Amino acid sequence: MNTEPYIVLSAILFTIGCIGVLVRRNAIVVFMCVELMLNASNLALVTFAKANGNLEGQVAAFFVMVVAAAEVVVGLAIIMTIFRTRRSASVDDASLLKY
Amino acid sequence: MIAFWVLAPLMVAAALGILFVRKAVHAALLLAVVMISLAVLYAALDAPFLFAVQIIVYTGAILMLFLFVLMLVGVDASDSVVETIRAQRVLATIAGLLFGGTVIVGLAQVSFGTMVGLDQAQPDGNVPALADLLFSKYVFAFETTSALLITAAIGAMVLAHRERITPKAGQAELAAGRMRDYAATGKHPGPLPAPGVFARANAVDTPALLPDGTAEPTSVSRVLAARGTVRSAPALADDIETVQESLGVTPEEAPEVSGKSGAAATPEEDQ
Amino acid sequence: MPDVTALAAEALVPVVEPFAADGVFGLLWLVIALPLAGAVVLLAGGRRTDPWGHLLGTATAAGSFLLSLVLFVALLGRGEEERQIGQELFTWIQVGGFDVGMDLLYDQLSALFLLLITGVGSLIHVYSIGYMAHDPRRRRFFGYLNLFVAAMLMLVLAADYLGVFLGWEGVGLASYLLIGFWQYKPSAAAAAKKAFVINRVGDMGMSLAVMLMFVTFGTTAFAGVSAAAGEADSFTLNAIGFLLLLAACGKSAQVPLQAWLLDAMEGPTPVSALIHAATMVTAGVYLVVRSNFIFENAPVAQTAVVIVAVVTLLWGAVIGCAKDDIKKVLAGSTMSQIGYMMLAAGLGVAGYAFAIFHLLTHGFFKANMFLGAGSVMHAMDDDVDMRHYGMLQKAVPVTFLTFAMGYLAIIGFPGFSGFWSKDKIIETAFADNLVVGLAALAGAGITAFYMTRLMLMTFFTDKRWAPEVHPHESPRVMTVPLVVLAALSVLGGFLLLGDWIVEWLSPVVGAEEHHELAVPAIVLTGIITLVVAAGVALAWFTIGRSEVPRTAPAQVSPVTRAARADLYGDAINDTLVVRPGSRLVSGLVVFDRSVVDGAVMGQAAATGGLSDRLRRVQNGFVRSYALSLLGGAALVVLALLVVNLV
Repeated sequence: MNTEPYIVLSAILFTIGCIGVLVRRNAIVVFMCVELMLNASNLALVTFAKANGNLEGQVAAFFVMVVAAAEVVVGLAIIMTIFRTRRSASVDDASLLKY
Repeated sequence: MIAFWVLAPLMVAAALGILFVRKAVHAALLLAVVMISLAVLYAALDAPFLFAVQIIVYTGAILMLFLFVLMLVGVDASDSVVETIRAQRVLATIAGLLFGGTVIVGLAQVSFGTMVGLDQAQPDGNVPALADLLFSKYVFAFETTSALLITAAIGAMVLAHRERITPKAGQAELAAGRMRDYAATGKHPGPLPAPGVFARANAVDTPALLPDGTAEPTSVSRVLAARGTVRSAPALADDIETVQESLGVTPEEAPEVSGKSGAAATPEEDQ
Repeated sequence: MPDVTALAAEALVPVVEPFAADGVFGLLWLVIALPLAGAVVLLAGGRRTDPWGHLLGTATAAGSFLLSLVLFVALLGRGEEERQIGQELFTWIQVGGFDVGMDLLYDQLSALFLLLITGVGSLIHVYSIGYMAHDPRRRRFFGYLNLFVAAMLMLVLAADYLGVFLGWEGVGLASYLLIGFWQYKPSAAAAAKKAFVINRVGDMGMSLAVMLMFVTFGTTAFAGVSAAAGEADSFTLNAIGFLLLLAACGKSAQVPLQAWLLDAMEGPTPVSALIHAATMVTAGVYLVVRSNFIFENAPVAQTAVVIVAVVTLLWGAVIGCAKDDIKKVLAGSTMSQIGYMMLAAGLGVAGYAFAIFHLLTHGFFKANMFLGAGSVMHAMDDDVDMRHYGMLQKAVPVTFLTFAMGYLAIIGFPGFSGFWSKDKIIETAFADNLVVGLAALAGAGITAFYMTRLMLMTFFTDKRWAPEVHPHESPRVMTVPLVVLAALSVLGGFLLLGDWIVEWLSPVVGAEEHHELAVPAIVLTGIITLVVAAGVALAWFTIGRSEVPRTAPAQVSPVTRAARADLYGDAINDTLVVRPGSRLVSGLVVFDRSVVDGAVMGQAAATGGLSDRLRRVQNGFVRSYALSLLGGAALVVLALLVVNLV
C-alpha cells in the first residue's frame, strides 16, 4: 500500500478547497469549501498515521473534527446574523470596512 | 487500493463540482459525496472510529446544519454569474494551481515508502487504542475541547438570539390594530371569506359565491390567483350532467366538506 | 591665615578658609532673609500692603543695615586671623560629584559691601518714600527695591561662584524691573530690554567661567578654587579671567558692553542712585577683586582688565562732557569712575584695596549726587535738561549744599573722600605704567571739567527755567538722606587713615610691599590737584562766563557730536551685532521655510500620495484578502521547494 496517492489526493482536494474559497461568493458555499480543506488535511493525517504506524495522526484528525464542528456552529450563526441584517449571503456585500 | 482508485476520481470530480455548480444545495450534496467517500477511505486506512465519526458528525450533523441554514437563507442562495472583483477568478486559479502544483512537486521529492500499518499500534482494536491515547496523553487537550464546544454553543446562541424590542402584541392590540387599519385604509377587519365549497373539485381554487351569485376574489389564495389556476363557480356547472351520469348519483347527495384554505403562500424553493 | 605681608608679592595669593559661624555670626543669613521676606510680602501681598508697604520695605532694609553694623563690630572684635566666617545654610545642588551648598562667606571684603549696600540702600529707601509719594505703584517699587537689596547681598555674601551667579542674575532681574518701572513709557521699556539683553552677554561670560572652573577645579567654591588656582595651567586661568572680565563688563557697563547704562537712566532716580551708581554696577569690580586668586595667576587677563578700564574711564568722561541731561552726565561719570575702580582692580595686589576704597567713596558721593539730581528734578517738575536750569542754588539750598559736597568729592578737592581714593588709584597707575597713569590723570581733569559744567549749569549762571515752573525745596524725608550722604562724601576719606582699609583688606586680597614712584607721592598729588584745577578753570571760562543757550547748539565740533551720540556705542552695536544677527536670522528663516520645511513637507506629501495609492488594496472584499493569503502561502511553499531543490 503506497502513501503517495493518498497524500496527492489530499493536496488536490485542499487546492480545490482553496480555489473554491476564492471564487465562490455565497458565504455558505465558501464555508463548505473551508470544510473541504479541513477534510483534505484530515485525510493526510489519517494516512500518515497508518504510514508511520502510530495513532497520533488519528487523534489529530479527531481534534480537527471537533474544532470544525465548533467552527461550523459559530460560523453559520454569524452568517445567519449577517443575512438577517443585510438580506444577503454574499461575502462581497459585506465590504464596508475599507479605505 | 481498489477502493482508493475507485473513490479518488469520484471525490475529485465532486470537489470540482462544488466549484462549478450554481446552486448551494447542489454544492452541499456534492460535499456529502466527498465526505462519505472520505469516510470509506478512513475505513480503508484502518481508522474505523474516524469512519464512524465522519459519517455521523460530519456528514450527518454538520452537513445537515449547512442544509438547515441554506433553507433559512434560501432566497438568493445562488451565485450570480458576474464576478464582482476584477480578475479574481483568473488570479485565484493561477495562485491555486501554483500552490497545488508546488505542493505536489514538493511531495514528489519525498519518498514515503510503504505503509507500516497499525497492527502494532492497536493490538486490541482501533477504538480502545484511540481511547488510551485520548484519555492519557491528550486528556488535557480533550478536556479543553469541551470548553471550546461549550463556548461555541453559547456563541451560536448569542449570535442567533434576536432581542425583542417591542412588547409582544396581545389579542386586544391586534384587534385595535385591525380597526385602525380599517379606519385608515378601509381594509376589512374580519377574517377573509372561505373559498367556495363545492363537491366537484378541490374547493381551494374555487372562489366563494356572494348572495347575488358573483364570485368573491379574496376568498382564494393569492398564489393560486397568480398561477392562474382559479376556477369560476359557474364553469363547474357546464358539465354537471356528464359528471352525474358518470357517477350515477343524484344531486341531492351532500358533497364532502373540503378543508379550509389557509395555507400561507410560501415562495417556491427551486433548489 | 599666614602672615601674608611677609611673603613675596607674586606668591601671596590668599586662600579662602572660613571659620565656622558662631555667636552673633549665626544671624548672617538674616541679612539676606530680611529684605527677601520684605520683597515676598510686598510683591505677593498685593494691594492689601499698599498703605504700609513703603514702611515695611524701608524697615527691612534698615534692619539689614543694623544687623550688618552689629556683625561688623563683632568682626572688628575678632583677631585678624579669624575674620573669615563661613555659614553653611543647606545643600543647594547635588548632582553626582557636583555638590554646591548654599554657603555664605563673611569676611573683611563682604563686611564693607554689606555696610555700603544696606547703608546706602536704607537711605535711598527713606528718600524714595518722599520721591515716590505720588506714584500709585509705590508699594511695588519698594518690593523691587527690597528684591534688589536681597539679591545684591546674596551676590556679595555667597561663598561659591554659583551663589554669586544667583545674586548676579537676581540684581539683573531687579535692575530690569526697576529700569522699566514706568513701563508705560516706551523709552523706559526699551531701556529695560536693552539693559537686560546686554547684561545677558555678560552673564554668558559668568556662566561659562563657572563651568570652566568646575571642569578645571572640580568645584566652584571660593575655598576650593582659591586653593587650586596656583596649579592650573595659565591658559585655562586666562580663559577664566577673560570670561569673568566679560561678566564684569556687562554688569559694570565697561566698554564693549557699556551702551545700556545711559539708557538705564529712564528708571526712577532712586534706582539710578542705588543700582546704577552705588551698588549693582560695582558688582563687576567686586567680582574681579574677589577673584584675585584667578587674576593674580592670569597676567594676560589682568592686562585686559586694565585696558578695558582705561578705555571706559575716558569714554565715560567724554560722554559726560557733552550731555545736557543731568542724569546722563552722572551716568557717564559713573562709567568713568567704575573705570577707575576696574583700573585699580586690574593693577593687581597693589590696587585691590584702592579699588574697594574708591568703590565705597564713589558709592557715597555718587548716590548723593544722583539723589540731589532727583531732588532738582523734583523741584523742576521732572525736567532733566540742564539747559532749562540755572541759578537754582537759591531755590533749593539744601540740595545745592549737599550736591556741592558730592561735587567736591568727585573732582577730588583736597580733603574730600574722592581726593584720597582717586589720588591713590592714579598713584598706583603711575607706579605700574606711565601711559596708564597719564590716562588716569587726564580722566581726573575731564571729570573736573564736566562736573563743574554740571554744577554751573544747574546751580549758577542765569535763570533759564520756564515761567510756569516754581522750584521748591524737597521735603525733609528726601533731604535728610542727602545730608547723611553728603557727610559721608566728605568724611569717607577717613577710611584711609593710617592705611586702615589696606590693612583691613589685606587678608582677602593680599598686600604688596611699598613700591617706589619716580617722583615723591606728594609731588604727584600736587600735579593731580593742578590738573583738576585746570579742568575746573576750563569749565568756568567756557560755561560760567558766557551765556548758556536754552537749546543745545547744533553747530558743534565732531567730537561733541560724537560724545552726544554716546561715542556711537549704539551704532557700533547695531553694525557689529544687531544687523548681522537679524540678517542671519532672516536667512535661517528662509532656509527653514524652504529647505527644512520643504524636506519635511515633501516627505509627508510623498508618504501621503503613496498611501493614497496603496489604500486601494484595502477594498473590503474578504476574497481579495484571502487571495493575497493564498498567494503568500504559495510563495512560501515555492521558496521552501526552491531551497530544498537547490
